[in-house]
Amino acid sequence: MEKIKTYQELTETHDKVKSLLDPRILLDRYQGKKREILVCGDTGCQASDSQKIVTRLNELILANNLEDTVSAKITGCFGFCEKGPIVKVFPDDVFYTQVTPEDADAIVENHIINNRVIQRLLFVHPETNQRIVPEKEIPFYQKQKRVALRNCGLIDPDNIYEYIANDGYMALGKVLNDMQSQDVINEIKAAGLRGRGGGGFPTGLKWEGALKNESDEKFIICNADEGDPGAFMDRSIMEGDPHSVLEAMTIAGYAIQSNKGYIYIRAEYPSCIARLKKAITQGEEIGFLGDNILGSGFDFTIELKYGAGAFICGEETALIHSIEGRRGEPTTKPPFPSDSGLWGKPTCVNNVETYANVCPIINKGADWYAGIGTETSKGTKVFALAGQINNTGLVEVPMGITLQEIVYDIGGGIQDNRRFKAVQTGGPSGGCITRANLETPIDYDSLAAIGSMMGSGGMIVLSEKDCIVNIAKFYLEFTVEESCGKCTPCRVGNKRLLEILEKITQGRGTMEDIETLKTLSEIIKDTSLCGLGQTTPNPVLSTLKYFEDEYITHVRDRKCPAGVCQKLITYEIVAEKCKGCTACSRLCPVGCISGAVKEAHVIDQELCIKCGVCFDKCKFTAIIRN
Amino acid sequence: MELLDPAKQKRVFPDEMYEKLNGFVDDLDIDPADPRKKGNLIQVLRKGQQIFGYLPRELQEYVAVRLGIHHAEVSGVVSFYNFFTTTPKGEFTISVCMGTACYVNGADKILSQFERILGIKSGEVTEDRKFSIDSLRCVGACSLAPVVTINDKVYGRVAPQDVEKIIEDCLVQEEA
Ligand SMILES: Cc1cc2nc3c(=O)[nH]c(=O)nc-3n(C[C@H](O)[C@H](O)[C@H](O)COP(=O)(O)O)c2cc1C
Ligand code: SF4
Ligand code: SF4
Ligand code: FES
Repeated sequence: MEKIKTYQELTETHDKVKSLLDPRILLDRYQGKKREILVCGDTGCQASDSQKIVTRLNELILANNLEDTVSAKITGCFGFCEKGPIVKVFPDDVFYTQVTPEDADAIVENHIINNRVIQRLLFVHPETNQRIVPEKEIPFYQKQKRVALRNCGLIDPDNIYEYIANDGYMALGKVLNDMQSQDVINEIKAAGLRGRGGGGFPTGLKWEGALKNESDEKFIICNADEGDPGAFMDRSIMEGDPHSVLEAMTIAGYAIQSNKGYIYIRAEYPSCIARLKKAITQGEEIGFLGDNILGSGFDFTIELKYGAGAFICGEETALIHSIEGRRGEPTTKPPFPSDSGLWGKPTCVNNVETYANVCPIINKGADWYAGIGTETSKGTKVFALAGQINNTGLVEVPMGITLQEIVYDIGGGIQDNRRFKAVQTGGPSGGCITRANLETPIDYDSLAAIGSMMGSGGMIVLSEKDCIVNIAKFYLEFTVEESCGKCTPCRVGNKRLLEILEKITQGRGTMEDIETLKTLSEIIKDTSLCGLGQTTPNPVLSTLKYFEDEYITHVRDRKCPAGVCQKLITYEIVAEKCKGCTACSRLCPVGCISGAVKEAHVIDQELCIKCGVCFDKCKFTAIIRN
Repeated sequence: MELLDPAKQKRVFPDEMYEKLNGFVDDLDIDPADPRKKGNLIQVLRKGQQIFGYLPRELQEYVAVRLGIHHAEVSGVVSFYNFFTTTPKGEFTISVCMGTACYVNGADKILSQFERILGIKSGEVTEDRKFSIDSLRCVGACSLAPVVTINDKVYGRVAPQDVEKIIEDCLVQEEA
């Protein structure tokens, strides 16, 4: 890799490599001969053998002497994880879904050699039943706008030149060559960028604070701890576009006059760690990291630091203690990290997605960015859609879009046409949004106003199949496990909340318990030391606010309307309806269903674990749940 | 505290394991006088756990002496972070994701199915040390919920009735 030593050399390299992405960007306007096959290499698709698809494609390309006309490579997340592994062929702009390693043969033989699109691998429109060829006609993509995810699914994350080809490192060049620290900050401020890690604090202001603090040393930290379970935006950005984070951190370093950056990343993300390591090495080799970057006299290095499985370490003061090699316990703010952070020095902590927005702002200008979104929430937000929704995956939408649009237009509605119940955002600190609020625009302030929050981007969709008390209990279990134990309201109070929720789900709750939940939650919120304890009663309060009836049914009638709470349900086989097909007894994981072929079956209630497999599988609705 | 000669310390594991860890620590090039040297602790413990499989008291003491940090601080860190374990894991470490997406898709039933078949609870290891079960929070493959990882392999969309087969697969793999 040749060193790039000046801004001039960078622009020359950029011009030279720009055409690398032509087949992928120009599509039908592309004049060249070369085709490209891109395969999603994100953790999710890798679990479905996407690496094997690439390996097989490359074997076939070699075997058929096609190296000059086609290449196959890995790229980052396309977002449509539900239909993964995704494979795209360029410049044809063909979007294949749920591809298996065996399908690689068909892709090379039919598509590449014989120019025939493989119909069976195309996406089928759920309403028209028509097969769709290009990505842009798939409903999932129509309301999305990709800024933070601009390179995911477009470039090979291991190839720094592909990153440069899509204007990578041009923002850094511009900053180092044409701008002062304060200019950079002004631009970020004018763009209205707010932190994507949950708090929504204006990024430019944070940087300004750190710049103003004189110090012999300052630090930049990228918060890649992504603690909200069920959220994977940050992981996908780092896996699909690692350089965008490195470049933005370097720009942040220049803006606050720091020479050292740390990425604090979860241990649970091994492939992400590998990608980042590789990207850092490339950055150092080519000269975008290290001393005298692009001849500007500015030095910056980046080091990885690993989390060790503690949710609280996502909180910035706890994170800093963890990097210092201590127990990750938070401390009260002030002092804020921008005044006294890592090793007592001014430190800027920002989230991965926040960084991913920085370079486009510098390249395209604050006005462009501020033109996206709403009055108080600019730009886009990435959400991880999961739960009972048809199109699980990663979506990036302009702020101000409604939940209705995300769940129905992009997400394709609820699985099996069940009834929508609520969406939980903000993870263990957040709350739920119900049917009544589906039209609420998604921005920081509107979500807070209805008792939920933007959070970091986890969006769990719940249907009538989910029990709301059980969901609240789930979050409290999480909180109790993750409370660092430093202060009493959080350590003891949350435990009490959990005990009450357990009582209710086991059918032992009283009406008094429901009142206690409310008062205790308020006390914990008011008296806890850090952002964890101050927010963790939210799931309880928010579910109580919208679904108190469901709590009351658990208490008064000892029933779980969703049929989830195990202590409150039984499964029985109605002898008259049972055809003796044995489907249930063959599937029952504990073998507690007995009965001869063509005779009525019976469930042994002592052994039954209430997994519901039989209930879901019986074709004759002979199994009932009480 | 002075840096003891690691060679003089009590060793309960094979020498080559210590050599690996020592090599790793040497590469970090830690200055014993540096007040910030503790910043390396978590990294060294991670490596230790990777090499030894777990972090028993002897090893924690070894690391404390090697880095010149008080043992109480090392054990404080080990007990704080979920990732660190002081008991050995099985040859197959089964991790059931209990993140939100997996939970709403029935991960608890998957976990109890593993527990029942193997006769151990989450956090325990079977007597023959073949299997251990843990739960973890989100591996980031939420679209495949519920997710189970066994060593490095990820199993997606697991149903309760698949569990037995998954365990059998491990045993077959072992014989091969
Ligand atoms: C309990 C708790 C957990 C948090 N977890 C995360 C996290 O996983 N990732 C993150 O970026 N921020 C997390 N935060 C927010 C950080 O403290 C901090 O505000 C954020 O990293 C700042 O970056 P931003 O301004 O770019 O959002 C958490 C906060 C609290 C109170
Ligand atoms: S609120 Fe909870 S997590 Fe925060 S300091 Fe107190 S005990 Fe620790
Ligand atoms: S609910 Fe599950 S355990 Fe009970 S009878 Fe049905 S399949 Fe068997
Ligand atoms: S919640 Fe299980 S993989 Fe994310």
